[in-house]
Amino acid sequence: MKVKLKVWRQKNRTSAGEFKTYESPELNPNMSFLEMLDVLNEQLAVRGEEPVAFDHDCREGICGTCSLVIDGKPHGPHRGVATCQTYMRSFKDGDEVVIEPFRAAAFPLVKDLVVDRQAFDRIQQAGGYISVRTGSAPDANSIPVPKEDSDLAMDAAQCIGCGACVAACKNASAMLFVAAKVGHLGLLPQGQPERYKRVKAMVEQMDTEGFGACTVTGSCEAVCPKSISLDFIARLNRDYAVALLKGDPKKAASGGA
Amino acid sequence: MATLKSNIPSGPLATKWENHKFSSKLINPANKRKYKIVVVGAGLAGASASATLAELGYEVHNFVFHDSPRRAHSIAAQGGINAAKNYQNDGDSVHRLFYDTIKGGDFRAREANVHRLAEVSVNIIDQCAAQGVPFAREYGGLLDNRSFGGAQVSRTFYARGQTGQQLLLGAYSALNKMIAAGGVKSYTHSEMLDLVVVDGQAKGIIVRNLQTGEITRHNADAVVLATGGYGNVFNLSTYARGANVTAPWRAYKRGACFGNPCYTQIHPTCIPVSGDYQSKLTLMSESLRNDGRIWVPKRKEDCGKEPSSIPEDARDYYLERMYPGFGNLAPRDIASRAAKYVCDEGRGVGPTGLGVYLDFSASIKRLGEDKVRERYGNLFDIYHEITNENAYQTPMRIFPAVHYTMGGLWVDYNLMSNVPGLFVLGEANFSDHGANRLGASALMQGLADGYFVLPATIATYLAGVKPDQRPKAESAAFNEAEQSVRGGVQKMMSLKGKRTPGHFHKELGKIMWEYCGMARNQAGLEKAIQLLGSLREEYAKNLHVMGESNDWNQSLEQAGRVGDFIELGELMCRDALMREESCGGHFREEYQYTTADQEVRDNIVNPGDVKRRDDKFAFVAAWEYTGTGKTPTLNQEPLVYEEVKMSTRSYK
Ligand SMILES: Cc1cc2nc3c(=O)[nH]c(=O)nc-3n(C[C@H](O)[C@H](O)[C@H](O)COP(=O)(O)OP(=O)(O)OC[C@H]3O[C@@H](n4cnc5c(N)ncnc54)[C@H](O)[C@@H]3O)c2cc1C
Ligand code: FES
Repeated sequence: MKVKLKVWRQKNRTSAGEFKTYESPELNPNMSFLEMLDVLNEQLAVRGEEPVAFDHDCREGICGTCSLVIDGKPHGPHRGVATCQTYMRSFKDGDEVVIEPFRAAAFPLVKDLVVDRQAFDRIQQAGGYISVRTGSAPDANSIPVPKEDSDLAMDAAQCIGCGACVAACKNASAMLFVAAKVGHLGLLPQGQPERYKRVKAMVEQMDTEGFGACTVTGSCEAVCPKSISLDFIARLNRDYAVALLKGDPKKAASGGA
Repeated sequence: MATLKSNIPSGPLATKWENHKFSSKLINPANKRKYKIVVVGAGLAGASASATLAELGYEVHNFVFHDSPRRAHSIAAQGGINAAKNYQNDGDSVHRLFYDTIKGGDFRAREANVHRLAEVSVNIIDQCAAQGVPFAREYGGLLDNRSFGGAQVSRTFYARGQTGQQLLLGAYSALNKMIAAGGVKSYTHSEMLDLVVVDGQAKGIIVRNLQTGEITRHNADAVVLATGGYGNVFNLSTYARGANVTAPWRAYKRGACFGNPCYTQIHPTCIPVSGDYQSKLTLMSESLRNDGRIWVPKRKEDCGKEPSSIPEDARDYYLERMYPGFGNLAPRDIASRAAKYVCDEGRGVGPTGLGVYLDFSASIKRLGEDKVRERYGNLFDIYHEITNENAYQTPMRIFPAVHYTMGGLWVDYNLMSNVPGLFVLGEANFSDHGANRLGASALMQGLADGYFVLPATIATYLAGVKPDQRPKAESAAFNEAEQSVRGGVQKMMSLKGKRTPGHFHKELGKIMWEYCGMARNQAGLEKAIQLLGSLREEYAKNLHVMGESNDWNQSLEQAGRVGDFIELGELMCRDALMREESCGGHFREEYQYTTADQEVRDNIVNPGDVKRRDDKFAFVAAWEYTGTGKTPTLNQEPLVYEEVKMSTRSYK
């Protein structure tokens, strides 16, 4: 099979970008989408043209490095899988396939199809953790966790941090991402002491980074490669409301005898 | 010759670590912040080490080539992490985990290191649970376990099929906490391209920013490499595409010895290769062997038939037949070779004949499809995406693939290389798995090294270094190293040859798989060394890199990594050629059990099993660089066993 590719090319953040059209070489339907791009890039290099820059690493749907908006959908045609798990058998011989980067103000473009998603790291640094020092933990079985809670926490914790939720949202909101982290830690007994402080700090950082507001359109859930549920956004909103009511904790007096 | 001092503490095995910690030097809290430590890598080993060192008060600078610390290859680990908790009350103990690991490694690891690993394994689980790692639980709310290869107890902790992801996110959260607190400065898109050695000690690194091409110097009181394994030397492997050997290789060229480079793990359960375009192989977790049964048809003629049409008595459940004691849970090296043997006999299945069945029908009958889905659902999904087949209905087809490297930079008991001040953690070092790693033990080792071992051992070195005395980044050694990095980049850009880095990588992979893969022999290895020499020379003349060096340039990144892999490949073949024995994952065809051996007649091993030669090869091979294209020097660290008797490994 062969396809016609319309690919976004942009040298860097400051230069203007444009779509370029390429005829793919002969493809095998069992190739992955990224292997198709590898083959295209080898062909471009041999012709002396610069290969298309795109992000990828694990190529099995877990590292969250791959991105791409394929025919208007972040991570391509299928629900619950990432671009790297999309296979050419999902396309037909002769199809035109449009490939664009994840676009959002908080994800500045680096080159061609690559964007910078470090805003996600900064949101996590704002509070996406439980403060436990190495060596200070009690025996793991001294904190029983009901299986339902732990399973639900795992549903949220599966987030791969790819940013598709942002790319799909008309407001470029990062709510599903933040809600997944807040939900994961907030569902576990270990996460209770910092639960409200955490949600407040992460939401504030999300706003600072320039992500938009959430209007619950649900487009994020539809493209999430791990099918993370919108319910976590509702959970975040509840926790955030409580956090606002509680206000900032009083500073404890320091010093002492 | 390099000086190799293993620094294994004296005294009884079970108290070595405790005594060593007690007798190690300490650094007072006020002084700790005066020491600057560069950590390269933020996988399980690097992230846990960076966070913990910062908690202790050191100034930590963490570098990754990824766009975020959370994307390290550790994220892809599926099956689980071992720990001697004995929560199942099935007879596990620190000693048993120690013994299983030593035996699993075919008696080619250091006793003291492995015992320490087993000891701290229990603390790791506590630490991770406290961080909020959502491990699988039983209905009573306590932690669940599964079984992994090479063990007869259930000691593997897991988080669905995404254990590595959850453990890494835990370590990443600890790292984030310390970044927020100002204890760690994180550098992303930053690839280490050289180690700076001043007066024989590691004192900094040279880094290229992959987004901008900028080259910078970073001085330090100590340098820690936690840069992962080098299995991508085979091109096709289960590793993430970006995983590479560059950091350890450049350190090797600056004097650090490379330990046991030929010890490679080929994992038995991966999705078979389907075509030449393929960029990576996908692992199907070993945990599947808990409930899946491996078989091929007894007769060649049945190989093309629908598996469901082949009756029970025409199937060969060869692992259960050959290794009844461990059955489908035989260690990886053994299970992989057995698959190779049945395929060599012409009994392989699938379009290429290089595949065996992993069949869940018995478990589905016994447990129900829902239970099987709950345990392995995401793996069945991955299998479906890649092959378009439904493994609930028809058996999976699997074949061995390159998965892990036991070899790595040589380190002493303190995890310090022979270059003082250079520490190496996780998969990047050679230390704990001997000639074969057991499943679920890499995650354990990475976190043991980072959370518990290095933070205790690094003080011994630092106590001998005056605070605030580290060499300036303007000094001569830094100039020289930076010039060398710039020169290397310029050279690759200017060659303007005809072959892309990808081309070279494919050719390298084919040579390595053919001659230094699952089975090796003298003639093949000699040939490979010759082929790799020519490939290295051609690469130096005919490389073609597109784009510019002061910009995001994936072709340039790949070119540098492939160049290092070609040189490493040569060293691996030399090591495999030197080691005239078989052990664990290193199978030299000349050294295998045959029906003439007493051990076979006594039913301890099967014909075709690996045959060690302890009288000649009970040592760690630590190779020392002498110049590109020159024969490296072999240093030997004898393996002295005080507690365990080196015996013939039996899984029957
Ligand atoms: C598919 C798969 C499944 C696995 N499943 C299991 C399992 O179930 N249980 C188990 O115990 N083990 C498993 N393993 C093995 C295990 O995942 C790895 O051995 C382990 O995670 C390695 O961790 P690490 O911290 O040493 O290195 P990595 O996680 O590989 O991290 C390397 C780090 O170094 C950085 N880096 C590398 N080079 C440079 C450079 N030059 N400059 C700057 N930064 C650099 C990278 O950015 C990264 O942060 C699995 C492996 C694979 C491939
Ligand atoms: S490349 Fe890792 S998720 Fe796609």
